[in-house]
Amino acid sequence: MSEALITARNLVKKFGELTAVAGIDVEVRRGEAFGFLGPNGAGKSSTMRMIGCVSPVTSGELRLFGMDPATDGPRIRGRIGVVPQMDTLDTELTVEENLHIYGRFFDIPRAECRRRTKELLAFAQLSERATSVVDNLSGGMKRRLSIARSLINNPELLLLDEPTTGLDPQARHVLWDRLYRLKQDGVTLVLTTHYMDEAEQLCDRLVVMDQGRIVAEGSPRSLIEQHSTREVLELRFPAGRNEEHGPQVEGLGERHEVLPDRILVYARDGEEALAAAHARGLQPESALVRRSSLEDVFLHLTGRTLVD
Amino acid sequence: MNTHRVTTPGPLRVLSWHLVAYKRFWKANVLSGLVQPLLYMLGLGVGVGALVDRNTGATEVLGGASYVAFVAPGLLVTTAMALGAGESMWPVMGGLKWSRGYHAIAATALTPRDIVLGHGVWMTVRTGLASSSVAAALALFPDTRSWGLIPSVLIAVWVGLAFAMPVMAFSIKAELDGAFAAIQRFVVIPLFLFGGAFYPLSQLPAAIAWLARVAPLWHGVVMARQCTTGTVQWGAAALHLGYIGLWVAAGTTLAAVRMRKRLST
Repeated sequence: MSEALITARNLVKKFGELTAVAGIDVEVRRGEAFGFLGPNGAGKSSTMRMIGCVSPVTSGELRLFGMDPATDGPRIRGRIGVVPQMDTLDTELTVEENLHIYGRFFDIPRAECRRRTKELLAFAQLSERATSVVDNLSGGMKRRLSIARSLINNPELLLLDEPTTGLDPQARHVLWDRLYRLKQDGVTLVLTTHYMDEAEQLCDRLVVMDQGRIVAEGSPRSLIEQHSTREVLELRFPAGRNEEHGPQVEGLGERHEVLPDRILVYARDGEEALAAAHARGLQPESALVRRSSLEDVFLHLTGRTLVD
Repeated sequence: MNTHRVTTPGPLRVLSWHLVAYKRFWKANVLSGLVQPLLYMLGLGVGVGALVDRNTGATEVLGGASYVAFVAPGLLVTTAMALGAGESMWPVMGGLKWSRGYHAIAATALTPRDIVLGHGVWMTVRTGLASSSVAAALALFPDTRSWGLIPSVLIAVWVGLAFAMPVMAFSIKAELDGAFAAIQRFVVIPLFLFGGAFYPLSQLPAAIAWLARVAPLWHGVVMARQCTTGTVQWGAAALHLGYIGLWVAAGTTLAAVRMRKRLST
């Protein structure tokens, strides 16, 4: 087993009376892609800021590369890359200036900075925009630049806070492709997301967070196996009438969830459950059979959806 | 790679960030830095100066200097004050709230303290450039041409820092940029008008003169004036510079504490 880059024991973060992170245990090993999945306010970003050594730990223990952020912050930060939730690019500077100056913050020699800048521009597919002012880039390009910038110091560990939030589907796929490539190159990735598809695509292992706590942990597949059925039948009844149909789907699958806009029936075989529903005389406006996702895991564990 | 390379101190790395952004503006800045004092000199020299110098006894109050010679060091030092204060308001708030550049820096191997000290170094460069422009303009006039302009530039930079660092400490905590207009109106402009740049404090009621002495501006103006008029009193000079230094030190310390609190929560 490879060495642990991040170890957190009973990690707590409080802001005055508010407890953002309520005692979590996490271990991330070299080469892993690790995710924090959860809705807004689950404590993901607070956790990331502590790991990024910009937010002091309230209590518990946190070690990165075996070092304590409280005493070795600058040394640890020198070895990690951070892609913050909100872009912190210098929008008045050009793309390459942004990369170059960031390298200077790590005291990377100028020649080396220039070489890395060129490489990273190619990696981020921004070579042709090297001399563009950042303000004029699209959201997806800015995000890719943020990622390129976070790689300027050759980090062993890359932290990404909601890397694709606010991007259109195509831009997200381009970004995922880049992150996947990093993962293949052996960079350890730690990311937060409230998109289950993102977590499924990128993470080898993840924890599901809710209200500052970890409610489940495992690979995307094992979480689905443990906390959901293989398939899900989605039934949509006319608006406002899903609730009343709830009792009628009882027993079609292992269990069901009634949401405002649809009913989810958890079954090993969705088609079979749909046939059974029709046999009961149920006539939904639409029906859909799909595979279980992390969204279902989250719903089952917390009784709430990820994106509200 | 050369493993014996000397590491660049953090504040200087922050300085290079400011310089990259400034690359686009410095020419226009230096040019307007030359033009503005020229306008002042013409306006004050031809208009006010002529009146004052004609008024018998005026030159005695001014320490024997012509009015333009009296005002020139005041222009030099107030320029640095206004620049140091102004550049430590919106840009600092921007670094924290708008472009969030300070957050980007804090995520690297640098620290909040580096950001504050880096701002200080940057302000030294900025006020140094601006004061040099003013000094260059002043050197064009026989009445204000003096070797004393060179030490006066250094004094102006010192005063610039005495405003930049405390204002930075203020800006880190400020929630709304409306507060900056208030500082301009109630601190910078009153000091400009009543801080001893355009007439001796002896012309003011004692209470206001005393207030003007609390701020670092007057101490710098008096010092610079002694330099340009060749009347330096070394003992007093040390006190003036030391007093200005207190503002620099207190402002820097407070800014560093506040920046750490602000960036690492």
